[in-house]
Amino acid sequence: MELILSLAIGTLAGCGVWLLLRPRTFQVIMGLVLLSYAINLFILCVGRLRVGMPPFLAKGQIGDPTQFADPLPQSLVLTAIVISFATPALFLVVLLASRGLTGTDHVDGREPEQ
Amino acid sequence: MTRWLDHLLVLPVLLPLLAGAVMLLIDEQHRLLKTAISIGTVVALTAVALALLLLVDAPSAEAGSPAVWVYRLGDWPTPFAIVLVADRLSALMLVLTSVLALASIVFSVARWDRAGAHFRAMFQFLLMGLNGAFLTGDLFNLFVWFELLLAASYGLALHGSGTRRVRAGLHYIAVNLATSLLFLIGVSLIYGVTGTLNMADLATRIPEVPAESRGLLEAGAAVLGIAFLVKAGMWPLSFWLPTTYSAAAPPVAAMFSVMSKLGVYVVLRLWLLLFGADSGASASFGGEWLALAGMATIVFGAIGVLASQDIARLAGFSVLISSGTVMAAVATAQVGVTGPALYYLVSSTLAIGALFMLIELLERGREPGADVFAVTREAYGEDDEDDPMQTDEIGEAIPAVMAILGICFVGCTLVLAGLPPLSGFIAKFAVLTALFGPPGPGMTVGIPPLAWALLVLLILSGLTTLIAMTRAGMRTLWTRDERTLPRVRVIEIAPIVILLLATATLTVQAEPVMRYMQATASALYAPQSYIRGVLTAPLGRIAPKGGS
Repeated sequence: MELILSLAIGTLAGCGVWLLLRPRTFQVIMGLVLLSYAINLFILCVGRLRVGMPPFLAKGQIGDPTQFADPLPQSLVLTAIVISFATPALFLVVLLASRGLTGTDHVDGREPEQ
Repeated sequence: MTRWLDHLLVLPVLLPLLAGAVMLLIDEQHRLLKTAISIGTVVALTAVALALLLLVDAPSAEAGSPAVWVYRLGDWPTPFAIVLVADRLSALMLVLTSVLALASIVFSVARWDRAGAHFRAMFQFLLMGLNGAFLTGDLFNLFVWFELLLAASYGLALHGSGTRRVRAGLHYIAVNLATSLLFLIGVSLIYGVTGTLNMADLATRIPEVPAESRGLLEAGAAVLGIAFLVKAGMWPLSFWLPTTYSAAAPPVAAMFSVMSKLGVYVVLRLWLLLFGADSGASASFGGEWLALAGMATIVFGAIGVLASQDIARLAGFSVLISSGTVMAAVATAQVGVTGPALYYLVSSTLAIGALFMLIELLERGREPGADVFAVTREAYGEDDEDDPMQTDEIGEAIPAVMAILGICFVGCTLVLAGLPPLSGFIAKFAVLTALFGPPGPGMTVGIPPLAWALLVLLILSGLTTLIAMTRAGMRTLWTRDERTLPRVRVIEIAPIVILLLATATLTVQAEPVMRYMQATASALYAPQSYIRGVLTAPLGRIAPKGGS
């Protein structure tokens, strides 16, 4: 499972960086979205990979911490998801405004001279 | 100490949040009401920030100990609680932010708040984000405050619309979104190694990190540092900054000049707290890189200042020089240099804020024409009379307007170039004196090459700023056609004069101000009292904690 997850994070991050460096605004936004997916997965696995483990002790229970999942990265990733969902939406608006004002979807607002 | 006073610490966050939320509900037609709310809020924020500064600076029971105020949200015990912490540095930044915000919001009343929707609400949210980031004692919360202020700043950077702003805003948003992702990587790596996000708790755990995890920790700290350096505008991460700042509306650009200082603030706080002298094997991790990046930024800014044709770009590059100088001075890791560097930070931020607003007044009438709908700087030419929005004059046109603008411009030049008699001179002089002062105990005798380099760069950057500002001043003030006098209102020139008067006050009151800065610096270099203050804050009440 570690291998699959790290491959997934690596692929997402690699594609994201490549797209982020492309000259078209739509590619840039897709790159940002892919990168944020990669980072959300990364945050999740910072709390160690556990399957089927409860994150909290039951009331009155005294437990072994190694038998529990770390709940904090899960809550962190929730915040990160919310934020990384909202900001590309804002970027999308600017992207459309830029397309409307400059008439091109190049990130510099003008086509490079051939 | 009453219980009500305890809650003073949360007001810098709550006030702008409430004001911003209320203003979203009020229709744009109620201009007077919204203006009153926004100015009232910023005045209250200034009062709160000043009160915090005085309370934090007040000598506590144990004489000579720096006070740390801790406010635990939800009253959970630390380190589980999310804490707001006010010490001297936070209080200083709060005062700087609110003074600049006051000037900027008053300036915007004249015309800029009508250039687009929800200007005042976004302005308040930006203030909330800034204040929260200055006060927070938790790494992940710092991320949330960063995102809040960035979201507001995206809106403000685009305020007024127009092709130039949208083009610059597109780059600005893309760079900052990518930076936020780096921030997250850094935070999660640090959490993965240490298991905590509370800054004070982190500082106690970092010396105990085993050697095999240290690489991961340092990688996380470096990635995190990159995120803050982008914000502060360090070379080579700063190419977006002059373009964005010069394209933004002047009152917004003035606020952005303090936003850049947020990056500097975080580096100052985290680097000295987490990688100070007590942090074991990682002590002063990355210090040389900070010094080199700071100096490279000064060089880049100095060249940029000379190369810019447009005064707004010149001001943008001045932001870089200012950030770079503070960073390089802090990276020398000498208490005596950090205090003057903080003094320089305050005086240069005030001057750059004033300059951004002044530029718009100077440029008015220089390039008449252009289109009225896109409220770009060029739009405010001689066609003012045709502008339907201009019928309700608030102030009156000042006679001898060019004289006043010219004096303000000279004031900004003096502060930024570091010439006497204003505060820029004192700041640079104090930095250099401390650099070449007698070495303290435990310091190597002799002057390190980095100090020489910093000396040369400080003086050279002052010279290039002087040349560039003089050239720009002659072009705008002397070669102007007298028939195109800019129409300036009292309400627009007053904030600039007040900001410059603030730098003059810094000069006159240099001794107590410098004493405060030195106390701040020595508290930063002795973080034990900060750590103890946060970790042992008593439950159930929030009281000023003194260390020893």
